[in-house]
Amino acid sequence: MKYMLLIYQDAARNSMPADSPEANTITAPWIAYTKALIDAGVLVGGSRLAPHAAATTVRVRDGKRQVQDGPYADTKEQLAGYYILDTPDLDTALDWAARCPGAADGILEVRPLAG
Amino acid sequence: MPPTGFSKCGRLPDDATSRAVEHAARDAYGRLVAWLGARARDIAGAEDALSDAFAAALATWPRTGVPARPDAWLLTAARRRMIDAARRRRTRDAAIPTLLLAIGEDDDSDFPDERLKLLFVCAHPAIDPAARTPLMLQAVLGLTAADIAAAFLTSPAAMGQRLVRAKEKIRAAGIGFRIPDPADLPDRLDAVLDAIYAAYGTGWEDAAANALADEAIWLARLLASLLPTEPETIGLLALLLFCESRRPARRTAAGRFVPLSEQNTALWSAPLRAEAQSLLAHAATFARHGRFQLEAAIQSVHAARADSGQTDWNTIALLYEGLLAIAPTTGVAVGRAAALAEARDPAFALHELDALDPAAVATYQPYWALRANLLRRLGQDATPALTRALALTTDPALAAYLRATSE
Repeated sequence: MKYMLLIYQDAARNSMPADSPEANTITAPWIAYTKALIDAGVLVGGSRLAPHAAATTVRVRDGKRQVQDGPYADTKEQLAGYYILDTPDLDTALDWAARCPGAADGILEVRPLAG
Repeated sequence: MPPTGFSKCGRLPDDATSRAVEHAARDAYGRLVAWLGARARDIAGAEDALSDAFAAALATWPRTGVPARPDAWLLTAARRRMIDAARRRRTRDAAIPTLLLAIGEDDDSDFPDERLKLLFVCAHPAIDPAARTPLMLQAVLGLTAADIAAAFLTSPAAMGQRLVRAKEKIRAAGIGFRIPDPADLPDRLDAVLDAIYAAYGTGWEDAAANALADEAIWLARLLASLLPTEPETIGLLALLLFCESRRPARRTAAGRFVPLSEQNTALWSAPLRAEAQSLLAHAATFARHGRFQLEAAIQSVHAARADSGQTDWNTIALLYEGLLAIAPTTGVAVGRAAALAEARDPAFALHELDALDPAAVATYQPYWALRANLLRRLGQDATPALTRALALTTDPALAAYLRATSE
């Protein structure tokens, strides 16, 4: 089954300018984790997201496009990245989620992709 | 197995068919749901297919006679229905479960017991804790949502919803039917033990919460037989049997509540007590202590009053001390205070109660009942505590007892 690991992190930690060197440095634990996913043959895809300040929301109401600055939900924890994994069951996906560096200081949501 | 004396030829009387079906249901229901659910990863689908299979049995067996292996017959019938249902859905996800269901289709005579996996699925951390016990009662024992709702003092519609949501979560989230890895086993087993204990009822002096006592004991026996080398499974069974042994003494013939200290020990069931005692001794041979073994040990000290005529409150207080170290709950802290009131004195116990977190005890009935009891023994005003205890008491017999003690 395919699962999406949605990585939520404290918005304050993820609010540096998108072009700052910190925002573009992928730290060693993340590299090691992603490599482990590849080696295990479970990685389908994924990416970090640019800081939520770079987000723009769009909705169409009565045929009219409404575009707004900022992320959809203005919460303390913001979506910071995601992986898509293919694992035999939820427990295997949860094991991988628990090993993710983002789980130690943020929150991971594990959602199956709709079949 | 069917009652003896039935042959495959000849028409069965309908009540004999019903008996055979009922027997097969009790004996095999959980095994069949577990096997089908594990392959299809779909408990609701397994239950539906099985209920169709039972209906087919009622229609067919009177004509053909009860088959030699009713469970295998039901498995074959239910499996075909599940495969048909999966093919009708024709979704991509259905392909693998359908293949798994079809494996070994020609031989259903000896299917493995997957009930342990089913128990772990029902108590999976991804499942709403409030749904775990009801889910076990339904999936393993085949109880209806209405029966479960009655025991949980909720409406059948609400309970039905809770069960549907939990089964849908298992299917949609892809919770696998498997035994947890050794590293996760203690925590996962704890959740299973908790769910079975909750079926027995949190307060075993409360008769209303004991409506599922037999089912809880059946589940505890099943778990202990499936995991015979985990001492906590044996500890839980011992605990439930100690509590159950006192059932006949808990109420007078007129239905009045009798507190443990005033129970006539001659009414306690000696065989249940003996079985609990030997289970607890067996659990101890593994030299791995745990919550349920300690709880059972406390009940074992109470049970000893049947022989000695006395209660060793010092030992009980000590056991609660050990329990508090590994399971620091409000219930344990209040139990310990109650033991200290006897082992030392009421003033000391009251002091211990004062030290508990007010928010944690605000709606905990045993705390207020004990507090009222201690205040009365100390000659202080017990009325506010008693009023609070009564407001939190759901069992009318217990409420009547509490009211009587204040007069």
